[in-house]
Amino acid sequence: MNASLALRSRAPRLAAMLANRRAALGLFLVGLAVFAALFAPLLSPYLPDKPDFVAILKGPSLAHPLGTDDLGRDVFTRILYGARVSLLVGTFSVASALVLGAALGSIAGYVGGWLDSIIMRLMDVIFAFPSVLLALAITAVLGPSLTNAILAIAVVNLPVFARIARAQTLVVRNLDYVEAKRALGFGPVNILTRTILPNIAAPLIVQGSLLFASAIITESYLSFLGLGAQPPTATWGNMLRNSIAFLDLAPWLAWFSGMAIFVTVLGFNLVGDALRDLFDPRET
Amino acid sequence: MQSFLLWRIFSLVPILFGTSVVVFLLVRLIPGDPATALLGMEATPEAIAALRERLALDEPIVVQYLTWIGNIFTGDFGRSIQGGRDVLPLLLGALGPTALLSVAALVVSLAIAIPAGVIAATRRDTAADYSVSFLALCGLSMPSFWLGVLLILTFSIYIPVLPASGYVSPLQDPMAFLTHLVLPAITLGTALAAAVMRMTRSTMLEVLRADFIRTARSKGLSARTVVWRHAFRNAQIPIVTLLGIQFGQLLGGVVITETVFSWPGIGKITVDAIFARDYPVVQGAVLITATLFVLINLMTDIIYTLIDPRLSVA
Repeated sequence: MNASLALRSRAPRLAAMLANRRAALGLFLVGLAVFAALFAPLLSPYLPDKPDFVAILKGPSLAHPLGTDDLGRDVFTRILYGARVSLLVGTFSVASALVLGAALGSIAGYVGGWLDSIIMRLMDVIFAFPSVLLALAITAVLGPSLTNAILAIAVVNLPVFARIARAQTLVVRNLDYVEAKRALGFGPVNILTRTILPNIAAPLIVQGSLLFASAIITESYLSFLGLGAQPPTATWGNMLRNSIAFLDLAPWLAWFSGMAIFVTVLGFNLVGDALRDLFDPRET
Repeated sequence: MQSFLLWRIFSLVPILFGTSVVVFLLVRLIPGDPATALLGMEATPEAIAALRERLALDEPIVVQYLTWIGNIFTGDFGRSIQGGRDVLPLLLGALGPTALLSVAALVVSLAIAIPAGVIAATRRDTAADYSVSFLALCGLSMPSFWLGVLLILTFSIYIPVLPASGYVSPLQDPMAFLTHLVLPAITLGTALAAAVMRMTRSTMLEVLRADFIRTARSKGLSARTVVWRHAFRNAQIPIVTLLGIQFGQLLGGVVITETVFSWPGIGKITVDAIFARDYPVVQGAVLITATLFVLINLMTDIIYTLIDPRLSVA
Protein backbone atom coordinates (compact mmCIF):
# COMPACT_ATOMS: atom_id res chain seq x y z
CA MET A 1 0.00 0.00 0.00
CA ASN A 2 1.51 3.33 -0.90
CA ALA A 3 1.47 6.33 1.42
CA SER A 4 -1.39 8.21 -0.24
CA LEU A 5 -3.59 5.11 -0.20
CA ALA A 6 -2.74 4.56 3.45
CA LEU A 7 -3.71 8.12 4.29
CA ARG A 8 -6.93 7.95 2.25
CA SER A 9 -8.05 4.80 4.04
CA ARG A 10 -7.58 6.66 7.32
CA ALA A 11 -9.71 9.61 6.28
CA PRO A 12 -12.77 8.53 8.29
CA ARG A 13 -10.58 8.14 11.36
CA LEU A 14 -9.13 11.60 10.73
CA ALA A 15 -12.66 12.93 10.88
CA ALA A 16 -13.14 11.01 14.12
CA MET A 17 -9.96 12.58 15.46
CA LEU A 18 -11.27 16.05 14.72
CA ALA A 19 -14.53 15.15 16.43
CA ASN A 20 -12.58 14.02 19.49
CA ARG A 21 -12.73 16.87 21.97
CA ARG A 22 -9.22 16.31 23.32
CA ALA A 23 -7.71 16.32 19.85
CA ALA A 24 -9.71 19.41 18.95
CA LEU A 25 -8.45 21.14 22.10
CA GLY A 26 -4.88 20.13 21.17
CA LEU A 27 -5.23 21.50 17.64
CA PHE A 28 -6.71 24.71 19.04
CA LEU A 29 -3.81 25.20 21.48
CA VAL A 30 -1.19 24.44 18.82
CA GLY A 31 -3.01 26.79 16.45
CA LEU A 32 -2.94 29.49 19.10
CA ALA A 33 0.84 29.17 19.50
CA VAL A 34 1.40 29.20 15.73
CA PHE A 35 -0.88 32.23 15.38
CA ALA A 36 1.00 34.06 18.15
CA ALA A 37 4.34 33.27 16.52
CA LEU A 38 3.28 34.30 13.02
CA PHE A 39 1.42 37.48 13.88
CA ALA A 40 3.32 38.69 16.97
CA PRO A 41 4.10 42.15 15.51
CA LEU A 42 0.43 42.66 14.58
CA LEU A 43 -0.95 41.45 17.90
CA SER A 44 0.97 43.84 20.12
CA PRO A 45 1.89 47.52 19.82
CA TYR A 46 5.11 46.99 21.84
CA LEU A 47 8.53 45.72 20.88
CA PRO A 48 9.65 42.61 22.81
CA ASP A 49 13.03 43.93 23.96
CA LYS A 50 12.40 47.65 24.30
CA PRO A 51 12.71 48.70 27.96
CA ASP A 52 10.30 51.20 29.46
CA PHE A 53 11.73 52.44 32.73
CA VAL A 54 8.53 54.18 33.82
CA ALA A 55 6.58 50.89 33.67
CA ILE A 56 8.82 48.57 35.68
CA LEU A 57 7.17 45.50 37.28
CA LYS A 58 3.62 46.74 36.67
CA GLY A 59 0.84 44.23 37.27
CA PRO A 60 -1.67 43.26 34.58
CA SER A 61 -3.62 46.28 33.28
CA LEU A 62 -5.40 47.43 30.13
CA ALA A 63 -2.17 48.86 28.75
CA HIS A 64 -0.20 45.72 29.65
CA PRO A 65 -2.64 42.76 29.86
CA LEU A 66 0.00 40.44 31.37
CA GLY A 67 1.99 43.11 33.18
CA THR A 68 5.60 44.22 32.65
CA ASP A 69 8.98 42.82 33.70
CA ASP A 70 11.92 44.32 35.59
CA LEU A 71 12.91 46.39 32.56
CA GLY A 72 9.37 47.55 31.88
CA ARG A 73 9.00 45.28 28.84
CA ASP A 74 5.49 44.09 28.03
CA VAL A 75 5.11 40.47 29.13
CA PHE A 76 2.32 39.69 26.63
CA THR A 77 4.53 40.87 23.76
CA ARG A 78 7.48 38.85 24.99
CA ILE A 79 5.30 35.75 25.27
CA LEU A 80 4.12 36.22 21.67
CA TYR A 81 7.70 36.54 20.44
CA GLY A 82 8.79 33.70 22.72
CA ALA A 83 6.41 31.44 20.77
CA ARG A 84 8.61 32.04 17.72
CA VAL A 85 11.68 30.68 19.49
CA SER A 86 9.88 27.65 20.92
CA LEU A 87 8.25 26.67 17.64
CA LEU A 88 11.44 27.35 15.69
CA VAL A 89 13.48 25.13 17.98
CA GLY A 90 10.77 22.45 18.01
CA THR A 91 10.43 22.44 14.23
CA PHE A 92 14.09 22.45 13.30
CA SER A 93 15.32 20.10 16.01
CA VAL A 94 12.59 17.51 15.47
CA ALA A 95 12.67 17.78 11.67
CA SER A 96 16.44 17.35 11.48
CA ALA A 97 16.40 14.47 13.99
CA LEU A 98 13.54 12.85 12.07
CA VAL A 99 15.22 13.13 8.66
CA LEU A 100 18.64 11.98 9.85
CA GLY A 101 17.24 9.34 12.22
CA ALA A 102 14.95 7.92 9.53
CA ALA A 103 17.85 7.79 7.08
CA LEU A 104 20.23 6.11 9.53
CA GLY A 105 17.62 3.71 10.91
CA SER A 106 16.28 2.62 7.54
CA ILE A 107 19.80 2.12 6.14
CA ALA A 108 20.72 0.08 9.24
CA GLY A 109 17.58 -2.03 8.92
CA TYR A 110 17.80 -2.51 5.17
CA VAL A 111 21.52 -3.13 4.77
CA GLY A 112 22.05 -5.00 8.06
CA GLY A 113 25.44 -6.51 8.95
CA TRP A 114 28.29 -4.43 10.29
CA LEU A 115 26.79 -1.13 9.11
CA ASP A 116 23.65 -1.89 11.14
CA SER A 117 25.79 -2.73 14.18
CA ILE A 118 27.88 0.44 13.94
CA ILE A 119 24.90 2.77 13.43
CA MET A 120 22.81 1.23 16.18
CA ARG A 121 25.68 1.05 18.72
CA LEU A 122 26.24 4.78 18.08
CA MET A 123 22.56 5.38 18.74
CA ASP A 124 22.81 3.26 21.93
CA VAL A 125 25.64 5.48 23.13
CA ILE A 126 23.57 8.65 22.63
CA PHE A 127 20.72 6.87 24.41
CA ALA A 128 23.03 6.10 27.32
CA PHE A 129 22.84 9.73 28.47
CA PRO A 130 19.82 11.27 30.20
CA SER A 131 18.51 13.52 27.41
CA VAL A 132 18.47 16.79 29.37
CA LEU A 133 22.02 16.21 30.59
CA LEU A 134 23.34 15.48 27.10
CA ALA A 135 21.61 18.55 25.65
CA LEU A 136 23.07 20.57 28.51
CA ALA A 137 26.58 19.21 27.98
CA ILE A 138 26.48 19.86 24.23
CA THR A 139 25.30 23.47 24.60
CA ALA A 140 27.77 24.02 27.43
CA VAL A 141 30.65 22.94 25.22
CA LEU A 142 29.51 24.58 21.97
CA GLY A 143 28.41 27.77 23.72
CA PRO A 144 24.93 29.05 24.53
CA SER A 145 22.93 30.02 21.42
CA LEU A 146 19.70 29.23 19.63
CA THR A 147 21.47 27.23 16.92
CA ASN A 148 23.38 25.12 19.42
CA ALA A 149 20.18 24.48 21.38
CA ILE A 150 18.55 23.20 18.17
CA LEU A 151 21.58 21.03 17.45
CA ALA A 152 21.67 19.62 20.98
CA ILE A 153 17.96 18.77 21.02
CA ALA A 154 18.25 17.18 17.56
CA VAL A 155 21.15 14.99 18.73
CA VAL A 156 19.32 13.71 21.81
CA ASN A 157 16.22 12.86 19.74
CA LEU A 158 18.15 11.19 16.92
CA PRO A 159 18.25 7.64 18.38
CA VAL A 160 14.49 7.59 18.98
CA PHE A 161 13.79 8.06 15.26
CA ALA A 162 16.63 5.76 14.20
CA ARG A 163 15.32 2.92 16.37
CA ILE A 164 11.75 3.26 15.10
CA ALA A 165 12.89 3.53 11.48
CA ARG A 166 15.12 0.47 11.81
CA ALA A 167 12.42 -1.65 13.48
CA GLN A 168 9.85 -0.67 10.85
CA THR A 169 12.30 -1.27 8.00
CA LEU A 170 13.00 -4.78 9.30
CA VAL A 171 9.27 -5.49 9.09
CA VAL A 172 8.78 -3.97 5.64
CA ARG A 173 11.93 -5.04 3.81
CA ASN A 174 10.86 -8.62 3.20
CA LEU A 175 7.27 -7.87 2.21
CA ASP A 176 6.16 -8.84 -1.28
CA TYR A 177 6.09 -5.36 -2.78
CA VAL A 178 9.68 -4.70 -1.70
CA GLU A 179 10.78 -8.12 -3.00
CA ALA A 180 8.98 -7.28 -6.26
CA LYS A 181 10.89 -4.03 -6.68
CA ARG A 182 14.12 -5.84 -5.95
CA ALA A 183 13.28 -8.48 -8.55
CA LEU A 184 12.60 -5.71 -11.07
CA GLY A 185 16.17 -4.56 -10.56
CA PHE A 186 15.63 -1.37 -8.54
CA GLY A 187 18.64 -0.34 -6.47
CA PRO A 188 18.70 0.01 -2.68
CA VAL A 189 18.55 3.83 -2.78
CA ASN A 190 15.40 3.76 -4.88
CA ILE A 191 13.79 1.06 -2.74
CA LEU A 192 14.63 2.88 0.48
CA THR A 193 13.47 6.32 -0.59
CA ARG A 194 10.52 5.43 -2.83
CA THR A 195 9.11 2.35 -1.15
CA ILE A 196 10.33 1.80 2.38
CA LEU A 197 10.36 5.36 3.71
CA PRO A 198 6.78 6.21 2.63
CA ASN A 199 5.60 3.00 4.28
CA ILE A 200 7.35 3.62 7.59
CA ALA A 201 6.49 7.33 7.73
CA ALA A 202 3.38 7.08 9.93
CA PRO A 203 5.02 5.96 13.21
CA LEU A 204 7.87 8.42 12.63
CA ILE A 205 5.44 11.31 12.22
CA VAL A 206 3.50 10.28 15.33
CA GLN A 207 6.74 10.13 17.31
CA GLY A 208 7.73 13.48 15.83
CA SER A 209 4.58 15.12 17.12
CA LEU A 210 5.17 13.71 20.61
CA LEU A 211 8.84 14.72 20.56
CA PHE A 212 7.88 18.21 19.44
CA ALA A 213 6.36 18.71 22.89
CA SER A 214 9.46 17.41 24.64
CA ALA A 215 11.70 19.54 22.37
CA ILE A 216 9.84 22.66 23.51
CA ILE A 217 10.29 21.62 27.14
CA THR A 218 14.00 20.87 26.64
CA GLU A 219 14.49 24.25 24.93
CA SER A 220 12.80 25.93 27.87
CA TYR A 221 15.12 24.05 30.26
CA LEU A 222 18.16 25.22 28.32
CA SER A 223 16.87 28.80 28.20
CA PHE A 224 15.96 28.63 31.88
CA LEU A 225 19.54 27.64 32.67
CA GLY A 226 20.85 30.42 30.40
CA LEU A 227 22.06 28.06 27.68
CA GLY A 228 19.45 28.75 24.99
CA ALA A 229 18.86 31.89 22.93
CA GLN A 230 20.58 34.76 24.69
CA PRO A 231 18.99 37.94 26.07
CA PRO A 232 17.48 40.24 24.96
CA THR A 233 15.78 37.59 22.75
CA ALA A 234 12.56 36.65 24.52
CA THR A 235 12.17 32.95 25.25
CA TRP A 236 9.69 31.46 27.67
CA GLY A 237 12.51 29.74 29.55
CA ASN A 238 14.63 32.84 30.07
CA MET A 239 11.52 34.83 31.06
CA LEU A 240 10.81 32.27 33.76
CA ARG A 241 14.44 32.31 34.86
CA ASN A 242 14.23 36.09 35.14
CA SER A 243 10.98 35.86 37.12
CA ILE A 244 12.56 33.99 40.03
CA ALA A 245 14.30 37.11 41.34
CA PHE A 246 10.91 38.88 41.54
CA LEU A 247 8.66 36.09 42.77
CA ASP A 248 7.31 38.05 45.74
CA LEU A 249 7.13 41.41 43.92
CA ALA A 250 5.84 40.29 40.53
CA PRO A 251 4.48 36.73 40.65
CA TRP A 252 2.64 37.22 37.32
CA LEU A 253 5.98 36.95 35.51
CA ALA A 254 6.31 33.32 36.62
CA TRP A 255 2.64 32.48 36.10
CA PHE A 256 2.31 33.75 32.55
CA SER A 257 5.62 32.63 31.05
CA GLY A 258 5.21 29.13 32.52
CA MET A 259 1.60 29.01 31.38
CA ALA A 260 2.73 29.72 27.81
CA ILE A 261 5.06 26.70 27.85
CA PHE A 262 2.49 24.50 29.56
CA VAL A 263 -0.37 25.33 27.19
CA THR A 264 1.72 24.86 24.07
CA VAL A 265 3.26 21.59 25.24
CA LEU A 266 -0.17 20.33 26.31
CA GLY A 267 -1.46 21.14 22.82
CA PHE A 268 1.29 19.17 21.12
CA ASN A 269 0.85 16.26 23.55
CA LEU A 270 -2.89 16.14 22.86
CA VAL A 271 -2.30 16.21 19.11
CA GLY A 272 0.46 13.60 19.43
CA ASP A 273 -1.83 11.31 21.45
CA ALA A 274 -4.61 11.70 18.91
CA LEU A 275 -2.24 10.96 16.02
CA ARG A 276 -0.97 7.88 17.83
CA ASP A 277 -4.53 6.67 18.33
CA LEU A 278 -5.22 7.33 14.67
CA PHE A 279 -2.24 5.43 13.33
CA ASP A 280 -1.92 2.78 16.01
CA PRO A 281 -5.24 2.03 17.69
CA ARG A 282 -3.64 -0.80 19.71
CA GLU A 283 -2.11 1.81 22.01
CA THR A 284 -5.45 3.37 22.90
CA MET B 1 19.05 -16.83 34.04
CA GLN B 2 22.75 -16.61 34.87
CA SER B 3 23.73 -16.56 31.21
CA PHE B 4 21.18 -13.79 30.60
CA LEU B 5 22.67 -11.74 33.41
CA LEU B 6 26.20 -12.30 32.15
CA TRP B 7 25.18 -11.40 28.61
CA ARG B 8 23.38 -8.28 29.83
CA ILE B 9 26.36 -7.17 31.94
CA PHE B 10 28.76 -7.88 29.08
CA SER B 11 26.62 -5.81 26.72
CA LEU B 12 27.33 -2.81 28.94
CA VAL B 13 31.00 -2.79 27.95
CA PRO B 14 30.61 -1.22 24.48
CA ILE B 15 28.01 1.23 25.81
CA LEU B 16 30.23 2.38 28.66
CA PHE B 17 33.18 2.58 26.27
CA GLY B 18 31.07 4.72 23.92
CA THR B 19 29.91 7.05 26.67
CA SER B 20 33.48 7.51 27.89
CA VAL B 21 34.55 8.41 24.32
CA VAL B 22 31.73 10.98 24.06
CA VAL B 23 32.64 12.53 27.42
CA PHE B 24 36.32 12.57 26.44
CA LEU B 25 35.51 14.26 23.13
CA LEU B 26 33.27 16.87 24.79
CA VAL B 27 36.26 18.77 26.15
CA ARG B 28 38.03 18.42 22.79
CA LEU B 29 35.08 20.19 21.14
CA ILE B 30 35.71 23.35 23.16
CA PRO B 31 37.41 25.87 20.88
CA GLY B 32 41.07 26.35 21.78
CA ASP B 33 43.52 24.31 23.80
CA PRO B 34 41.98 21.59 26.05
CA ALA B 35 44.64 22.20 28.73
CA THR B 36 43.68 25.88 28.94
CA ALA B 37 39.99 24.90 29.02
CA LEU B 38 40.62 22.44 31.84
CA LEU B 39 42.78 24.81 33.91
CA GLY B 40 40.94 28.06 33.25
CA MET B 41 42.11 31.29 31.70
CA GLU B 42 44.22 32.29 34.70
CA ALA B 43 46.48 29.22 34.62
CA THR B 44 50.21 29.78 34.38
CA PRO B 45 52.11 28.58 31.27
CA GLU B 46 53.99 26.10 33.51
CA ALA B 47 50.74 24.58 34.80
CA ILE B 48 49.37 24.33 31.26
CA ALA B 49 52.59 22.65 30.07
CA ALA B 50 52.45 20.19 32.99
CA LEU B 51 48.83 19.29 32.26
CA ARG B 52 49.55 18.94 28.53
CA GLU B 53 52.18 16.37 29.44
CA ARG B 54 49.97 14.58 31.99
CA LEU B 55 47.10 14.29 29.49
CA ALA B 56 49.48 13.42 26.63
CA LEU B 57 48.02 16.27 24.57
CA ASP B 58 50.95 16.20 22.16
CA GLU B 59 50.31 12.54 21.40
CA PRO B 60 47.76 11.14 18.91
CA ILE B 61 44.12 11.29 20.02
CA VAL B 62 43.96 7.54 20.78
CA VAL B 63 46.88 7.85 23.21
CA GLN B 64 45.18 10.88 24.75
CA TYR B 65 42.01 8.86 25.28
CA LEU B 66 43.90 5.92 26.78
CA THR B 67 45.79 8.24 29.12
CA TRP B 68 42.55 9.95 30.19
CA ILE B 69 40.61 6.72 30.75
CA GLY B 70 43.62 5.27 32.60
CA ASN B 71 43.49 8.27 34.94
CA ILE B 72 39.74 7.79 35.42
CA PHE B 73 40.24 4.13 36.38
CA THR B 74 42.69 5.19 39.07
CA GLY B 75 40.13 7.68 40.41
CA ASP B 76 41.93 10.69 38.96
CA PHE B 77 39.17 12.86 37.46
CA GLY B 78 41.38 15.94 37.58
CA ARG B 79 41.03 19.00 39.77
CA SER B 80 38.27 21.58 39.91
CA ILE B 81 39.26 24.94 38.47
CA GLN B 82 37.44 26.60 41.35
CA GLY B 83 39.29 25.88 44.58
CA GLY B 84 41.50 23.16 43.13
CA ARG B 85 39.69 20.29 44.89
CA ASP B 86 39.87 16.79 43.45
CA VAL B 87 36.83 16.26 41.24
CA LEU B 88 35.96 12.71 42.32
CA PRO B 89 35.33 13.38 46.05
CA LEU B 90 33.44 16.54 45.10
CA LEU B 91 31.10 14.52 42.88
CA LEU B 92 30.78 11.58 45.26
CA GLY B 93 29.77 14.02 48.02
CA ALA B 94 27.00 15.36 45.78
CA LEU B 95 25.63 11.91 44.97
CA GLY B 96 24.07 11.55 48.45
CA PRO B 97 21.69 14.53 48.18
CA THR B 98 20.83 13.55 44.59
CA ALA B 99 20.06 9.96 45.60
CA LEU B 100 17.86 11.12 48.50
CA LEU B 101 15.95 13.49 46.24
CA SER B 102 15.54 10.88 43.48
CA VAL B 103 14.23 8.24 45.87
CA ALA B 104 11.83 10.73 47.46
CA ALA B 105 10.59 11.70 43.98
CA LEU B 106 10.11 8.02 43.17
CA VAL B 107 8.05 7.52 46.34
CA VAL B 108 5.93 10.59 45.56
CA SER B 109 5.35 9.45 42.00
CA LEU B 110 4.37 5.89 42.95
CA ALA B 111 2.05 7.11 45.69
CA ILE B 112 0.20 9.22 43.11
CA ALA B 113 0.53 7.12 39.96
CA ILE B 114 -0.39 3.58 40.99
CA PRO B 115 -3.73 4.30 42.73
CA ALA B 116 -4.65 6.90 40.06
CA GLY B 117 -3.79 4.53 37.20
CA VAL B 118 -5.71 1.64 38.75
CA ILE B 119 -8.76 3.84 39.43
CA ALA B 120 -8.70 5.14 35.84
CA ALA B 121 -8.51 1.59 34.45
CA THR B 122 -11.17 0.06 36.69
CA ARG B 123 -13.55 2.97 35.99
CA ARG B 124 -12.83 3.24 32.29
CA ASP B 125 -14.71 5.94 30.38
CA THR B 126 -16.10 7.54 33.53
CA ALA B 127 -15.51 11.07 34.77
CA ALA B 128 -12.83 9.70 37.14
CA ASP B 129 -10.95 8.10 34.23
CA TYR B 130 -11.12 11.24 32.08
CA SER B 131 -10.02 13.47 34.96
CA VAL B 132 -7.08 11.27 35.93
CA SER B 133 -5.97 10.84 32.32
CA PHE B 134 -6.20 14.56 31.64
CA LEU B 135 -4.32 15.40 34.83
CA ALA B 136 -1.59 12.96 33.81
CA LEU B 137 -1.27 14.68 30.46
CA CYS B 138 -1.06 18.02 32.26
CA GLY B 139 1.68 16.57 34.48
CA LEU B 140 3.63 15.50 31.39
CA SER B 141 3.18 18.90 29.78
CA MET B 142 4.27 20.92 32.78
CA PRO B 143 7.94 21.93 32.73
CA SER B 144 9.31 20.86 36.08
CA PHE B 145 10.96 24.20 36.82
CA TRP B 146 7.61 25.95 36.40
CA LEU B 147 5.96 23.54 38.81
CA GLY B 148 8.87 24.16 41.19
CA VAL B 149 8.45 27.92 40.95
CA LEU B 150 4.67 27.64 41.49
CA LEU B 151 5.20 25.44 44.54
CA ILE B 152 7.66 27.97 45.95
CA LEU B 153 5.15 30.75 45.28
CA THR B 154 2.34 28.84 46.98
CA PHE B 155 4.07 27.19 49.93
CA SER B 156 6.91 29.58 50.63
CA ILE B 157 5.47 32.97 49.68
CA TYR B 158 1.64 32.93 49.74
CA ILE B 159 1.39 30.39 52.61
CA PRO B 160 4.89 30.34 54.10
CA VAL B 161 4.99 26.82 55.55
CA LEU B 162 7.93 25.27 53.69
CA PRO B 163 11.42 26.55 52.85
CA ALA B 164 11.85 27.80 49.28
CA SER B 165 15.30 26.30 48.79
CA GLY B 166 18.38 24.84 50.42
CA TYR B 167 19.40 21.54 51.96
CA VAL B 168 19.94 20.23 55.47
CA SER B 169 21.64 16.89 56.01
CA PRO B 170 19.30 14.21 57.44
CA LEU B 171 22.02 13.34 59.97
CA GLN B 172 22.15 16.91 61.20
CA ASP B 173 18.42 17.64 61.50
CA PRO B 174 15.99 15.03 60.11
CA MET B 175 12.93 17.29 60.41
CA ALA B 176 14.55 20.22 58.63
CA PHE B 177 15.79 17.78 55.99
CA LEU B 178 12.22 16.58 55.36
CA THR B 179 10.76 20.08 55.14
CA HIS B 180 13.44 21.04 52.61
CA LEU B 181 12.80 17.82 50.67
CA VAL B 182 9.02 18.15 50.17
CA LEU B 183 8.86 20.73 47.36
CA PRO B 184 11.76 19.42 45.23
CA ALA B 185 10.49 15.83 45.61
CA ILE B 186 7.00 16.80 44.41
CA THR B 187 8.51 18.80 41.56
CA LEU B 188 10.72 15.97 40.39
CA GLY B 189 8.14 13.26 41.05
CA THR B 190 5.24 14.81 39.13
CA ALA B 191 6.42 14.15 35.57
CA LEU B 192 7.41 10.62 36.58
CA ALA B 193 3.99 10.12 38.19
CA ALA B 194 2.26 11.22 35.01
CA ALA B 195 4.18 8.75 32.83
CA VAL B 196 3.77 5.87 35.29
CA MET B 197 0.06 6.58 35.71
CA ARG B 198 -0.52 6.41 31.95
CA MET B 199 1.37 3.14 31.74
CA THR B 200 -0.48 1.70 34.78
CA ARG B 201 -3.82 2.59 33.22
CA SER B 202 -3.11 1.10 29.79
CA THR B 203 -1.51 -2.08 31.20
CA MET B 204 -4.30 -2.60 33.71
CA LEU B 205 -6.90 -2.17 30.95
CA GLU B 206 -5.20 -4.94 28.99
CA VAL B 207 -4.87 -7.28 31.97
CA LEU B 208 -8.46 -6.69 33.12
CA ARG B 209 -9.65 -8.04 29.76
CA ALA B 210 -7.73 -11.32 30.21
CA ASP B 211 -9.42 -14.68 30.71
CA PHE B 212 -7.88 -15.32 34.12
CA ILE B 213 -9.51 -12.14 35.44
CA ARG B 214 -12.90 -13.37 34.24
CA THR B 215 -12.15 -16.66 36.01
CA ALA B 216 -11.19 -14.86 39.20
CA ARG B 217 -14.39 -12.80 39.06
CA SER B 218 -16.52 -15.89 38.38
CA LYS B 219 -15.03 -17.55 41.46
CA GLY B 220 -16.73 -14.80 43.44
CA LEU B 221 -13.58 -13.03 44.58
CA SER B 222 -14.06 -9.47 45.76
CA ALA B 223 -13.37 -6.67 43.28
CA ARG B 224 -10.47 -5.48 45.44
CA THR B 225 -8.81 -8.90 45.39
CA VAL B 226 -9.28 -9.26 41.64
CA VAL B 227 -7.82 -5.82 40.94
CA TRP B 228 -4.86 -5.83 43.31
CA ARG B 229 -3.99 -9.53 43.74
CA HIS B 230 -4.65 -10.75 40.23
CA ALA B 231 -4.67 -7.86 37.79
CA PHE B 232 -2.10 -5.49 39.28
CA ARG B 233 0.45 -8.23 39.93
CA ASN B 234 0.32 -9.12 36.26
CA ALA B 235 0.54 -5.50 35.18
CA GLN B 236 3.80 -4.90 36.99
CA ILE B 237 6.34 -5.75 34.27
CA PRO B 238 5.69 -2.88 31.86
CA ILE B 239 5.30 -0.54 34.83
CA VAL B 240 8.65 -1.58 36.31
CA THR B 241 10.29 -1.26 32.89
CA LEU B 242 8.95 2.23 32.41
CA LEU B 243 9.81 3.12 35.98
CA GLY B 244 13.41 2.05 35.40
CA ILE B 245 13.72 4.09 32.22
CA GLN B 246 12.02 7.10 33.77
CA PHE B 247 14.01 6.80 36.99
CA GLY B 248 17.14 7.02 34.87
CA GLN B 249 15.71 10.12 33.20
CA LEU B 250 15.27 11.60 36.69
CA LEU B 251 19.04 11.99 36.66
CA GLY B 252 18.52 14.52 33.88
CA GLY B 253 15.56 16.09 35.68
CA VAL B 254 17.57 16.64 38.86
CA VAL B 255 19.69 19.16 36.96
CA ILE B 256 16.70 21.48 36.72
CA THR B 257 15.07 20.71 40.08
CA GLU B 258 18.31 21.01 42.03
CA THR B 259 19.04 24.34 40.35
CA VAL B 260 15.58 25.75 41.19
CA PHE B 261 15.76 24.61 44.83
CA SER B 262 19.53 25.10 45.37
CA TRP B 263 19.76 21.40 46.29
CA PRO B 264 23.50 20.59 46.42
CA GLY B 265 23.40 17.43 44.30
CA ILE B 266 25.21 16.38 41.17
CA GLY B 267 22.77 18.30 38.96
CA LYS B 268 23.43 21.62 40.63
CA ILE B 269 27.16 20.96 40.64
CA THR B 270 26.99 20.30 36.89
CA VAL B 271 25.15 23.55 36.17
CA ASP B 272 27.41 25.59 38.45
CA ALA B 273 30.46 24.04 36.80
CA ILE B 274 29.11 24.85 33.32
CA PHE B 275 28.78 28.52 34.22
CA ALA B 276 32.19 28.61 35.90
CA ARG B 277 33.65 26.85 32.81
CA ASP B 278 34.94 24.28 35.27
CA TYR B 279 35.34 21.59 32.61
CA PRO B 280 37.00 18.90 34.75
CA VAL B 281 33.89 18.94 36.98
CA VAL B 282 31.52 19.05 33.97
CA GLN B 283 33.36 16.11 32.38
CA GLY B 284 33.37 14.08 35.60
CA ALA B 285 29.73 14.85 36.41
CA VAL B 286 28.53 13.89 32.93
CA LEU B 287 30.57 10.68 33.00
CA ILE B 288 29.32 9.64 36.44
CA THR B 289 25.70 10.52 35.66
CA ALA B 290 25.76 8.64 32.34
CA THR B 291 27.36 5.61 34.02
CA LEU B 292 24.68 5.65 36.72
CA PHE B 293 22.00 5.96 34.04
CA VAL B 294 23.36 2.89 32.24
CA LEU B 295 23.58 0.93 35.51
CA ILE B 296 20.00 1.86 36.47
CA ASN B 297 18.83 0.56 33.09
CA LEU B 298 20.74 -2.67 33.77
CA MET B 299 19.09 -2.99 37.17
CA THR B 300 15.69 -2.47 35.54
CA ASP B 301 16.42 -5.35 33.16
CA ILE B 302 17.48 -7.55 36.06
CA ILE B 303 14.46 -6.65 38.18
CA TYR B 304 11.93 -7.38 35.49
CA THR B 305 13.67 -10.64 34.70
CA LEU B 306 13.22 -11.56 38.35
CA ILE B 307 9.54 -10.60 38.21
CA ASP B 308 9.00 -12.60 35.01
CA PRO B 309 11.68 -15.26 34.40
CA ARG B 310 10.25 -15.94 30.91
CA LEU B 311 12.00 -12.77 29.75
CA SER B 312 15.45 -14.16 30.46
CA VAL B 313 14.88 -16.87 27.86
CA ALA B 314 13.62 -14.48 25.22
